[in-house]
Amino acid sequence: MISLHVNGKVHQVDVSKDTPLLWVLRDYLNLKGTKYSCGIGECGSCTVHIDGKAVRSCMISVGEVQRKKITTIEGLPENHPVKKAWIKEQVVQCGYCQPGVIMQVAALLSQKPALNADQVITKMDDVICRCGTYPRIKKGIKTAIQMTKKEVKKS
Amino acid sequence: MTTSMTRRAFLKGSLAAAGLTIGVSVTPFGHRLLNASEIDSFSPNAFFKITPDNKVAIFVANSEMGQGVLTSLSMIIAEELEADWSRVSVKQAPAADPFKNPIIGGQVTVASASVRGFYDALRKAGAAGRAMLIKASAETWKVPEDECKAFMGTVKHAKSGRSLTYGQLCLKAAKLQVPENPPIKNENEFRYLGKPMPRVDVPEKVAGKAVYGLDVTLKDLQYAVIARPPAYGAKPLSFDPKAAEQVKGVEKVVQISQGVAVCAKSVEAALKGRAALKVNWDKGALPEMDNSSIEKSLAEDLNKPMVSVVNTGDAKKAIAEAAKKVEANYFVPFVAHATMEPMNCTANVTDDRCDVWAPTQAQTGSHMLASKASGLPKEKVHVHTTFLGCGLGRRAKPDYVVEAVTISKALGKPVKLMWTREEDIKYDYFRAAGSHRIEAGLDAQGQLIGWSHKLVSPSIAKETNPAQLKDGIDWFCMWGLADRPESYGWNNRIQYEIPNLSIEFLLSPLPIPCGPWRSVQNGPNAFVIESFIDELAHAAGKDPLEFRLQTLKGNMRARRVLETVAEKAGWGKPISKGEGRGIAQHACFGSYVAEVAEISVNKNNGTIKVHRIVVAVDCGPVVNPDPLVAQIEGAVIISLGTALKEEVKFANGGVKSANFDDYNVMRMSEVPEIEVHIVKSNEKIGGIGEVGVPPAAPAVANAFFNATGVRIRRIPLTPKIVMDALK
Repeated sequence: MISLHVNGKVHQVDVSKDTPLLWVLRDYLNLKGTKYSCGIGECGSCTVHIDGKAVRSCMISVGEVQRKKITTIEGLPENHPVKKAWIKEQVVQCGYCQPGVIMQVAALLSQKPALNADQVITKMDDVICRCGTYPRIKKGIKTAIQMTKKEVKKS
Repeated sequence: MTTSMTRRAFLKGSLAAAGLTIGVSVTPFGHRLLNASEIDSFSPNAFFKITPDNKVAIFVANSEMGQGVLTSLSMIIAEELEADWSRVSVKQAPAADPFKNPIIGGQVTVASASVRGFYDALRKAGAAGRAMLIKASAETWKVPEDECKAFMGTVKHAKSGRSLTYGQLCLKAAKLQVPENPPIKNENEFRYLGKPMPRVDVPEKVAGKAVYGLDVTLKDLQYAVIARPPAYGAKPLSFDPKAAEQVKGVEKVVQISQGVAVCAKSVEAALKGRAALKVNWDKGALPEMDNSSIEKSLAEDLNKPMVSVVNTGDAKKAIAEAAKKVEANYFVPFVAHATMEPMNCTANVTDDRCDVWAPTQAQTGSHMLASKASGLPKEKVHVHTTFLGCGLGRRAKPDYVVEAVTISKALGKPVKLMWTREEDIKYDYFRAAGSHRIEAGLDAQGQLIGWSHKLVSPSIAKETNPAQLKDGIDWFCMWGLADRPESYGWNNRIQYEIPNLSIEFLLSPLPIPCGPWRSVQNGPNAFVIESFIDELAHAAGKDPLEFRLQTLKGNMRARRVLETVAEKAGWGKPISKGEGRGIAQHACFGSYVAEVAEISVNKNNGTIKVHRIVVAVDCGPVVNPDPLVAQIEGAVIISLGTALKEEVKFANGGVKSANFDDYNVMRMSEVPEIEVHIVKSNEKIGGIGEVGVPPAAPAVANAFFNATGVRIRRIPLTPKIVMDALK
């Protein structure tokens, strides 16, 4: 039995240790927002947070993440600035890559000291969007940063 | 409006003999017939349903693959129905005859034809509903119909101040006759059309809750992967099913015509089982085939006798007598779709029913082929379309549906067939490669007087739509060059007025399967035509914009997009040293597009940086402007991929490219600023999804010539090709 801490809950899964986290999230925990696309860590569609950092879930086994905090797209709050910005800027087209893109941007925006939009954008070359939403992703990043700043001001 | 859309016509055609008094209701599984007493909603046609709870459900025939079709087609219905958008829910229609695209003839999302194909029909479908609701209210109030006005989901009677909601009126309206020619709105009455509407699918996609093909879940689901031949035409000599079946979780190994399928309780078990199979394959049809042999074969075939496609005037004579003769050979390679969601399908075949859940662009084809593969009649086969993780034309070929149905039938269980990324690239139906030879003649004034064009390409139609392959001409290969005489009147030919024009074609026998790829051959053909036009402008000593305008003569829509893009891009203004500016135009799917590219070239390492792409598009009326711009942006970006990076590699008679580490696509830092200008137009509505593709690649190639003085007659313009050309 493998014990996984996902989106604030602990799950026991009967799989071998070397199973990629991606398949366990999708097919055992039914968290289908995390997508399979390349399986070799080239495209970023399967990105989740492990202890707050963006990680390719196709490239890491469940054995490696047993005592770590895993967050998937479903666990990122609905009012998260990146999710809100993605709706405001109508970033997605087919949308298949976007959970991974959103998770990567969310992880970058949580870095300290804070990155500016251009710095975030330069760290996005390892995700692929075949629809070509890149111009909207850029807009979404800028809007999410503005939204984050406003939230910080309010609090 | 097609006759199949009205309830009356539907009844007359299919059920008059049954003698029932009935309505037609749309369910997720198609049409259900009701006795009059059972009518619980108002659905005068297949496209929408109003229920007494005052909700409007709209059924969209086309597949949502990011183009925003769920929203745009629903906007058309809601507009004419005068529905309150906040009460509208949008649903994906099942595979069924009423959802066949009027200009395509099938339920299939291709040829940028969703909005332009359904625009008139859906306007009438919505308007019919509005007219019937108005009639129902007039009868209720016993007032003349023209005193009643529909407004945002209600009908109002101004004189008496009364109003009824569509929900209150719907059951009464359901008993009325569907009008054949209901009045449609004037453009100035539009509430939704032409104004930006947020897409209905965005929130669930952002939440990670949208269900794509790979996300379908069923009880007792088996996961299947297929071991496929490493070379075209290779057959398995031997394999070890026992070794695979010994892997924990593997249930069964099934040999099918496409290869050897391993079925298991989980994806990872299926993949491990496939690795254990150890299939021995023979060498296949052309074991020596690689990129250089492919290119050589296509080029050599240009010297063989060809089939005449267009023969206007006397191109040979005009060119022979021309003041100046220009000739060139061009090559465009195979390109993969590489949609982010690899091919997949879930099927459940039982003795008397077959269900298919597929991210497919082709409902009609999937339905037909699933019926054949399951051995069940079409009425027992149900195709459910999921969201598509990009389409690009690949999902118009439902080979994955046939495979899933075949395996589920053999297993007697529900099966999810998954292609890995490597399979998705290696077993793609590629954008067809082509070898072109063009000769042209200019008169003493630099006017284009003759053009002779030869093209060799493998067939696209053979695998995807055999009706488009006739008398040695593959009409998909001709898109952008020449119109098929009996085609739908699509303006899909060279836009320039050339008095003496010859176009010839020869089918290449290469065994590489090809299919439609966003804009089909408009993409590669526009690269060749628009690069060569640039060469002619140079030969004539004219500015590329001026030469194009002059040669387009009376083609006003093409001229207008060129003039617009030139003005917006600052055509003719000086640019920095080492930089270049290029222009190109193309017309396809009823729309006209021109683009200007600004690039710089690093002469030390051969890299090209695209700084800016300016686009002008005339697509007639605009339905939803924001996704329209997004479609053009995406089309430009994927086209830049073909201009700079994308080329499938072959080796040992099969495909060598396998994944995103060796098949290079555009990444964030390579994307330029893209400006899209919509040219206001009252012309017939045109397509949008693909039309941004064709001009981008030649605009870049022309900018490269402008920057360096060197013409490269092939894409992609990789650093190696650039360095070789600059030597």
